[in-house]
Amino acid sequence: MKQFVVAALALAVILSACEREARRFESSSPTSKSVTVTMSGLQPGQSNPSRGYDPHYQENAFAISQGKRLFSWFNCVGCHAHGGGAIGPALMDSEWVYGSEPANIYATILEGRPNGMPSFRGRITDEQLWQLVAYVRSMSGLVPSDAAPGRTDTMQTGTPEGRRDNENPRMSSTPPSSQR
Amino acid sequence: MKRIVFLFSCLALAQPAFAAWAQDARDPGGVQAAHIHLLWLVMLAVTTIVSAAVLIAFLIPLWRAPRGNEETPPDPEAPLREERGASRSVIVAAVISVIGLFGLLVASVATDRALAHLPLDNGISLEMTGHQWWWEVRYTDANASKEFSTANELHIPVGRPVTITLKADDVIHSFWVPNLHGKKDMIPGRDSIIQLRADRPGTYRGQCAEFCGYQHAYMALVVTAEPAADFDKWKQAQVASAAAPTDALRTQGQQVFLTSTCMMCHAIQGTTANARKAPDLTHVASRPTLASGALPNTPDNLKNWIADPQKIKPGVNMPATALAEEDLRALVAYLSGLK
Repeated sequence: MKQFVVAALALAVILSACEREARRFESSSPTSKSVTVTMSGLQPGQSNPSRGYDPHYQENAFAISQGKRLFSWFNCVGCHAHGGGAIGPALMDSEWVYGSEPANIYATILEGRPNGMPSFRGRITDEQLWQLVAYVRSMSGLVPSDAAPGRTDTMQTGTPEGRRDNENPRMSSTPPSSQR
Repeated sequence: MKRIVFLFSCLALAQPAFAAWAQDARDPGGVQAAHIHLLWLVMLAVTTIVSAAVLIAFLIPLWRAPRGNEETPPDPEAPLREERGASRSVIVAAVISVIGLFGLLVASVATDRALAHLPLDNGISLEMTGHQWWWEVRYTDANASKEFSTANELHIPVGRPVTITLKADDVIHSFWVPNLHGKKDMIPGRDSIIQLRADRPGTYRGQCAEFCGYQHAYMALVVTAEPAADFDKWKQAQVASAAAPTDALRTQGQQVFLTSTCMMCHAIQGTTANARKAPDLTHVASRPTLASGALPNTPDNLKNWIADPQKIKPGVNMPATALAEEDLRALVAYLSGLK
């Protein structure tokens, strides 16, 4: 009986990792379109839960590492560096001007933001956009650590995303221009 | 026996099909592949002789062994009696084995030396990068304006040595054109070099020879070895920028390309599309295959490929692009005209 319980527990532990890198091969990912999100943390009444996103991407190791790849392919690193920020704001800290919920980041990438962030509407697919969102969130420890990347294809200079603490980002009222 | 004869005749009949596939180390198209082929024949001959000898040596005692019948008394002492001439047989076999192995060693070293001593005068050099799952080919030149990139095809002049610098972008790949040379790994962060020469014009198939992910099998390469004049003509055409579209449909296609997801990864020289993470499409219509050997390059295949690459090559980094039917038609018309 005891052996059976041990085996069942071991199986549960092993099987729980099954979905970690699950990939979807379904094909039609529409070109990115707009979602309705709030830009400010201040709002009358109770706060809205974020909508319109698929939790699959936030907890999936493949999606996050693909996001990491796209982050350099689409030259996000050109302004945000590898999360530390340069011309663009840092993405690995706790001060987020436009919100850190998946839907906020989605809207930021899709629509762009004042003072330099370009709009990627129609240039990348919905799937790629969610993968980028997942990776951006992993930079400040907002995704499960077992799904976040543990290594980099190029030389690794900082702490791997998988070992970062949750920064618990809050909406910052400081304009990005004074955060450099 | 009949069955074996049948099997062999099937193999013989299948031979022309293999030849058309044009990936065959036994059909060398260059001096190095000829060396490798010769070594292979030597190895095959020696190992065949050795296997036959071992089998015969095994069968002789069986054949010579005394046979008994039901009246023969049991002989429990038999295994304890010393074998006649055992040590002599062992010594002879050991000496023959050592000579044989040494012969193979000499043949192998001689082949390696021959492979390394390719005369490099009057050669050309280029750079290849392995990506998941396609080959980037960059023809380098001292004059930067004469450099160009292509993908999944390699053109080389017959009779001139080619020095290829091999790189990898993501994981380990391996460059292998069996008709021209052996394999050479492409390792991320490390340059390696392979030097080869084609002595016979022809189209040879190359293949990634190191498992590199889902679509490793569809990472093929078409190598065209052609006379120097044809090669120069091809190069001249490749260096040129893409011609601007002249008719309305193709102009619309170019607009679709430049305002949708395509230009995030692809480049077309002569336009503003200048990304380097996917094949350079400046002369895409002049290439024999699409998607690294997954499809013959026809407008219909191109259309299906753009509409949904995941159906043809699941896992590939190119996403499906949801385009209106007329936009897709215009885009295909534009790309099919990029000769």
